[in-house]
Amino acid sequence: MIPVLGLVAGIVLGIVLDVTVPSSVQPYLPIAVVAAMDALLGALRATLEGVFDDRVFVVSFVSNVLLAMLIVFVGDLLGVGTQLTTAVVVVLGIRIFTNAASIRRLLLGA
Amino acid sequence: MPTPATTDEARARLRRALSLRRGPGQVGAAVLLGLLGFAVAIQLTDATDVLSRASRADLVQILGGLDTRTDQLEAELRRLEQTRSELQAGAGDSEAALAEARARLDTFGILAGTEAAEGPGVSVRVADPQGSVRAVAVLGAVQELRDAGAEAIQIRGGPDRVVRVVASTPFADLPSGGVSVGDVALSPPYLLEAIGDPDTLQTALGIPGGAVASITAGGGAVDVRQADRLLVDALHELTEPTYARPAPPADGG
Repeated sequence: MIPVLGLVAGIVLGIVLDVTVPSSVQPYLPIAVVAAMDALLGALRATLEGVFDDRVFVVSFVSNVLLAMLIVFVGDLLGVGTQLTTAVVVVLGIRIFTNAASIRRLLLGA
Repeated sequence: MPTPATTDEARARLRRALSLRRGPGQVGAAVLLGLLGFAVAIQLTDATDVLSRASRADLVQILGGLDTRTDQLEAELRRLEQTRSELQAGAGDSEAALAEARARLDTFGILAGTEAAEGPGVSVRVADPQGSVRAVAVLGAVQELRDAGAEAIQIRGGPDRVVRVVASTPFADLPSGGVSVGDVALSPPYLLEAIGDPDTLQTALGIPGGAVASITAGGGAVDVRQADRLLVDALHELTEPTYARPAPPADGG
């Protein structure tokens, strides 16, 4: 329950504070969000399977986000930022769908 | 997977996870999820700025479209400015033409006697103690004034009897004595008021054998006075010409 409250609090803060994204972070924030969603769904699946470990979650969350941003950053340096962004989004999207499918099977048995 | 989970187990675990019970490591997860929510929120509120998230190829395409649009708008701007300058020039031309037409109207009005005129000139008082001044003598004085460049002439003879002298004004003797000018019966003394160069007019009247001399010889008395400002305000009624019509210009220009 506490993580859910944290999520809600973060959303409310982001809306209320009206923060402008710095232009240097601008290209990486969407990727970071997608990576975080992937980690979140992974954690939810692990919770349902009874193998959730907070340390694993924190490490995977942070490393997922940092790795995704790093890949896009390197891609920008190499001039293939757009393509690598697409690649990262595709991979993370596949993982998200996989995790979502697992969660659905666990909760609904179908 | 170490634990092959069943649906019931999974639901129980979800319920436990969502309970208010503070589980191990939930605070850390809460912080990370808070960060995620924060990022999503600011990304969404920032999403109005489409350009900042567009790819380079999209930006190039958008820029090209803007360039084309700019060219079109600039061409339209030039066209409209040209139209505006044409209209302004046309307005200036017509204003100048209108002013010129007004000036000509004033000139013609003075010449035709339909407009009051003022300016320097002479006033000629012709007294007729013996009743011997005829219309010919008055006409002679008017002709002298015209020859000397008088631009507007009126003759006053008696109370409220004043006639603007124009090219077609007739002069005639009245059987009862006195002079008819422009079909208005005048009685002496006659006061001729002429606008023109005062010196020239006075000199023209005073030449030997001229108008003044002939009137004086006939028994009249003439008094010529220069005036800095005369008002010739008697007006001539224009009549529409019955036969004469404006002739077309001889040549095209």
